[in-house]
Amino acid sequence: MTWIALRMLTGDRTKYIAIVAGVTFAALLIAQQLSIACGLLLRTTSTIQDIVDVDVFVLDPDVQFIDELKPLTENDLYRVKSIPGVGWAVRFYKGQARLKLDLARTDGPGLFQQAIVLGLDDDTLVGAPREIVIGSLAALREPDAVIMDVGGFKYLWPDAPLESAVGRVVEMNEHRAVIVGLCKSSETFQTFPILYTRYSQALLFVPQERRVLSAVLVGADTGLAPKEVCQRINEQLGRGASGRALRAVTRDEFIWMTLDYFMKHTGIIVNFTITTVLGFIVGIAVAGQTFYTFTLENLNQFGSLKAMGVSNLRLVGMVLGQALVVGLLGFAIGAGLAGVFGEYVPRISRLAFFMPWQVLAGTAGAVLLIVTASALVSIRKVLVLEPAVVFRG
Amino acid sequence: MSVATLPEPQAEATAGQLSVAMSCRGLTKAFGEGDACVMALRGVDMEVFAGQMTLLVGESGCGKTTLISVIAGLLDPTEGEVGVLGHDLRKLRGSRLVNFRGKNIGFVFQQYNLLPALNAAENAAVPLLIAGVRRSEAVARATKILDAVGLGSRAHSLPSQLSGGQQQRVAIARALVHEPKLLVCDEPTAALDAQSGKTVMQLLRKVAVQPGRAVIVVTHDSRVFGFGDRIVHMSDGRIIKVETPEGREAGGER
Repeated sequence: MTWIALRMLTGDRTKYIAIVAGVTFAALLIAQQLSIACGLLLRTTSTIQDIVDVDVFVLDPDVQFIDELKPLTENDLYRVKSIPGVGWAVRFYKGQARLKLDLARTDGPGLFQQAIVLGLDDDTLVGAPREIVIGSLAALREPDAVIMDVGGFKYLWPDAPLESAVGRVVEMNEHRAVIVGLCKSSETFQTFPILYTRYSQALLFVPQERRVLSAVLVGADTGLAPKEVCQRINEQLGRGASGRALRAVTRDEFIWMTLDYFMKHTGIIVNFTITTVLGFIVGIAVAGQTFYTFTLENLNQFGSLKAMGVSNLRLVGMVLGQALVVGLLGFAIGAGLAGVFGEYVPRISRLAFFMPWQVLAGTAGAVLLIVTASALVSIRKVLVLEPAVVFRG
Repeated sequence: MSVATLPEPQAEATAGQLSVAMSCRGLTKAFGEGDACVMALRGVDMEVFAGQMTLLVGESGCGKTTLISVIAGLLDPTEGEVGVLGHDLRKLRGSRLVNFRGKNIGFVFQQYNLLPALNAAENAAVPLLIAGVRRSEAVARATKILDAVGLGSRAHSLPSQLSGGQQQRVAIARALVHEPKLLVCDEPTAALDAQSGKTVMQLLRKVAVQPGRAVIVVTHDSRVFGFGDRIVHMSDGRIIKVETPEGREAGGER
């Protein structure tokens, strides 16, 4: 009977395509919007994700997310180092600087750009970018050296080849900075260029403040879990302990703190939820209406089958089977199109797009709801159908 | 034509060497309630015999369609008894009734009701598929029946590629493919021109009427009355007379 149900479904090509198109559109919209929301949220944590080989971040207890790092004191670094289980602890700076692109000019459009400055420990360069594209990480030890992210370079000098980056001189806080290399790094939420430099150098590029240490990056002793190290630091230096309070978090905790902040304090979730819900409603409306019309038009056929000995249960199975096929196709095409969109559009723009399996699962769930709701309306019609209707011409 | 009282089914069955395929007694069917109540059947007594084609005739709204719907187990009577192939339909409920219908009754509809996405052979195979026969076997058996109704060469044609008469022949093949013991045809010639209608009735007589099978045909087309072994006339929910084409009257007004 499943075979008959599928033949009935695909028999009217126009209607079949219309139903699948409705579900496809809904799946595309839901998957695409959720993926963009995920991409945007992911960007909020890009700095944390790009700092590899770090087990624990020690922050001011009031810090809520990565872009709001409240400075610590130099003494805090040594207090952290003194905790048993801390293998190593280094300085880390994160701030913003105003970048003057052309030293010869004094004014004009595009002369100044905001940039994110990341200051890495002078000795170890812990927190360095994962992949250097042009130049080398060692060059960062040269005077005034900075390594810029490729995206930032393309943003500032869109027509310049990457090879022309090394040797370019820019100015920050009236200090010259020489680009010694380009690196790959994750896109940031603000889409500003990222400049990696030594910690001591970073302090020259930003306006002076009394405290400048953004965070202490910690590596756990061998064999010790980051969580355990966090616990030890928090017990001895956290709120309630003597002295200035600090807060230690693992990488995952810091990522979730940041995500949580952006989800609660920005409109990202609300905006994308609205679009996703709209996609869902459009899907229900289009697919449901078309599927219902399809069932109504086939009511006589269902009646004939009922008269010929098909039970209600089997008819329900047929309608659900049809809905499931429509849902599977719509989901596959819609999610596929969203994937293609996510693959190609970011190549020509800085679109945030990240499609984890949870987005696909969520989209599949939404599509399942759409087709089930559509089928239920139709099933009701089929169940109450009197088989004698077939004798009414 | 004289009008006589209907004999008791068992008595006639014995006397005429014909077995009763269907009998009903005191059948009434009401639609709606109170002031809106419409009595479609008003105490119908009737027999249908295996090996015969029984025509059910009468003007529109006289209750023919309601009667065959009740006989085929598609509608429940308000009152009265219906026995089909030795089974009391009132005692067959739910899936038992559905299975009984699927196994024992074939249907030919006025508008053919073929599935437009299936070709002729696949359409004719539907009752076998419902019965759980494998698709390849079902289609093979259906193709043989299509040969019998003269449409073997059009087995792969879609309904939209067939004329009205050809579609009705496919519908007849579909109704017979699972070898039912009762065939119920609702206005099988109504949507056809005179020649096609005649062809369809000839076909029904040739392939449908068999010793073990009863055929009931609802029609108001007087041109096909000659094809019936018995003609049951209805009016206002009642059987008013039963006759044979040769003029031998066998029923009466009730």
